[in-house]
Amino acid sequence: MRRFAALYDALDRTASTSAKRDAMAAYFADAPAEDAAWAVYVLGGGKLKRTATSTELRTALAAETGYADWLIDDSYAHVGDLAETIALMLPRREADGTDTPLHVWMEARLPSLARLESTERVETLRDWWRALPAAQVFLVNKLLTGSLRVGVSQRLVVQAIAQWTSLPTDLIAHRLSGTWKPSADAFRALAEPERADEHAGERPYPFFLASPLEHEVDTLGAVSDWLAEWKWDGIRAQLMRRGDEVILWSRGEERLDGRFPELETAARTLPDGCVIDGEILAWSLDEAHPLLFAALQKRIGKLKPGPKLLADTPVRLMAYDLLELDGKDLREAPLRERRTRLAALLDGHTTTFMLSPEVPAHAWADLAAIRAESRERRTEGLMLKRLDSPYRVGRKRGDWWKWKVDPYTIDAVLLYAQPGHGRRSGLFTDYTFGVWDGEALVPVAKAYSGLDDDEIGRLDRWIRANTIDRFGPVRSVQPTHVFELAFEAIQASGRHKAGVAVRFPRILRWRTDLAIRDADKLDDLRRLASG
Amino acid sequence: MDSDLLLPRPEGLYCPAGDFYIDPMLPVARAVVTHAHGDHARAGSALYHVASAGAALMRERLGATATIRAYDYGERFTLGETVLSLHPSGHVLGAAQVRIEGRGKVAVVSGDYKRDPDPTCAPFEPVPCDVFVTESTFGLPIYRWPPMSEVIHDLMAWWAACAERGIPAVLFCYALGKAQRILAELATRTDRTVYLHGAMVRLVEDYREAGVRMVMTEAVSETARGRDFAGELILAPPSAAGAPWMKRFSKASTGFASGWMQVRGARRRRGYDRGFIVSDHADWPGLIRSVEDCGAKRIYVTHGDGEALIRYLRERGHDARSLRSLGAMPDARASEEGD
Repeated sequence: MRRFAALYDALDRTASTSAKRDAMAAYFADAPAEDAAWAVYVLGGGKLKRTATSTELRTALAAETGYADWLIDDSYAHVGDLAETIALMLPRREADGTDTPLHVWMEARLPSLARLESTERVETLRDWWRALPAAQVFLVNKLLTGSLRVGVSQRLVVQAIAQWTSLPTDLIAHRLSGTWKPSADAFRALAEPERADEHAGERPYPFFLASPLEHEVDTLGAVSDWLAEWKWDGIRAQLMRRGDEVILWSRGEERLDGRFPELETAARTLPDGCVIDGEILAWSLDEAHPLLFAALQKRIGKLKPGPKLLADTPVRLMAYDLLELDGKDLREAPLRERRTRLAALLDGHTTTFMLSPEVPAHAWADLAAIRAESRERRTEGLMLKRLDSPYRVGRKRGDWWKWKVDPYTIDAVLLYAQPGHGRRSGLFTDYTFGVWDGEALVPVAKAYSGLDDDEIGRLDRWIRANTIDRFGPVRSVQPTHVFELAFEAIQASGRHKAGVAVRFPRILRWRTDLAIRDADKLDDLRRLASG
Repeated sequence: MDSDLLLPRPEGLYCPAGDFYIDPMLPVARAVVTHAHGDHARAGSALYHVASAGAALMRERLGATATIRAYDYGERFTLGETVLSLHPSGHVLGAAQVRIEGRGKVAVVSGDYKRDPDPTCAPFEPVPCDVFVTESTFGLPIYRWPPMSEVIHDLMAWWAACAERGIPAVLFCYALGKAQRILAELATRTDRTVYLHGAMVRLVEDYREAGVRMVMTEAVSETARGRDFAGELILAPPSAAGAPWMKRFSKASTGFASGWMQVRGARRRRGYDRGFIVSDHADWPGLIRSVEDCGAKRIYVTHGDGEALIRYLRERGHDARSLRSLGAMPDARASEEGD
């Protein structure tokens, strides 16, 4: 653990991406494989099944420090990270000097808490804390409570491994895709030379992700070089048909086994050795448009959907791309060719699989006009893909663009605020906004992003000075400030007090030119939701 | 009535029995100023009473024409119906607590203070009193300062690592107090020259004239054009971060010396590579200890929220309350200023 703690420190002590990559590459070259495997796992965002609750951690902290619960809560609200709050509050004492390797923590110690009674867990935590130096108290608590968040992306971990092994990053990304299980062997396998059967097995291909189109569309060149498709609002997924197996992977590279049986059944009729990239949509066969995303959400949550849910909310796969056919990796072939073969594969096939329709156009202006219909078609806009592009790894700009419709916007009043987490800890950055329902302001959206640091600082000071009431860490403030919010979709919701729920709300700007009476009305939102 | 001695007003904290203000934010007739930081010492008042040790710094801040009366620590003087004396607060050079005796009672306004050793100023002196006004900049138990020797050790290691990589190390810290404290601590460990941003030069000279021993320093502006600062340590005020001035330190590693650096998120938010926990304010144990040392029957808490400190003290049997309970007074500082 000492060596991993030193790596963590090195990563935490620089804002430079290349310095972080160098530090990881040096660690991978040097650390024991059984520990380095877990470092790959946790630095890439992996976490263990949680084995102690926040309440147990707080109970242990209260017992260890003698501080009252309210003082621990106040401190936590200020720090924004429970693992760190604990490390900062515990009495400082000399650590006992023994070093428990990272893999022992991850494979034995932390999982062992699950087998204990709650009171024993609290005692075990206290014993661990007493034996560890403060920096490792923090790390052990982090590993116990969630991901590390040390400014390292999965992609940067991949680059560091590529640097250490001198292998291509795309190959490393593929080797780590899917549910990579950390072990000394798995770690050593990352460094092996490229094999011919590299793509076999259950691992998905890393997804190619489009970037938002931020410049004028006609700068993309000839429209005939591009494929335009609708941008569907579902779950991006990879369907693999290999050997006897059908495996469905989400974009987060989690297996969706059992959740979408109609897709798995239909996939049995596909030839062995094929992989399709597509979008899962809730869509009844007799409807012209897919159901709203909220319908699909009911399916995502169900491990084993019952007959009624399957009947009410059937799903289909909108197929975008063909990554593998007859067991051969097609990703280097141009999109034009992959799509032709995808069309042939799905031709005459069950309607559960649909070929993503091409949106035909002779000029960019045609597409701009068609894009305006996106909402009526229950889509988020258009996708533009270069017809001669390969299927790349990750988010690479240039070949695939998402050209979304402009978001909805409303003007809403700041009602509540609570402190943020991570780099926003200690500042009031999580806001709740409301609109007018008659003479009352009702909350309709929470938003965290969109203000710059200067605005966040000013608003934080204002919130502190204008608090009316407190509910734990949440403060209600004098309704004063109006903000323009953007969101992607709005629908009726029985679970929200206002009766509507908005999707992906964020702050566009602080409307210092508006008074609260200028804010929007709930009726306007209801109209949007029903429209 | 405590408000005979201490009455918050729009201009600042007022003493009715003595007819003077402490650290007024607006021009007044008579001011007692605890220390020379900008949010405490403001120009424009007719007459200032300050501690002798900080008089030169006060002159710098208040201007050549200001009328300043300076007193040694512990020296008694009379204002109105009160007898005053100034006592070291350990915050920065010349910083003082104000002891006010009048109407049969003793009140002490601590100003900003710390309990950790600091080679640049006289240490905090616990002053027995009936009423104690304490700051609470770092009023949560997560704030506990590491020993300065550890921090300086880390700082030296960072400087050495930067030198090895052939890049400058730029450390941001407050120009008055923090910079000189770091330069004085460094004097026991290195004889290398440290480079200074222009805003610090005069203040460092003031400290030298007051007899504070520090490492050799040179102004960045006095060095030859195009000088390479690889491997050098440069001190600059936080306002210089991101300013064009930084361009000459390309690829520099940046650090920030502040009590706020105790919390990781606060450092990451500011985008510095390194945070060094150095504060001229009392940490949580320092606040509790000072309240108990002075033996006051009533504690008033200033600055920011302070609510956790008040509640904690009350649970421990102290009569603690917010200074706001005596009257409204603007808070001179923003949420995270002062460190």
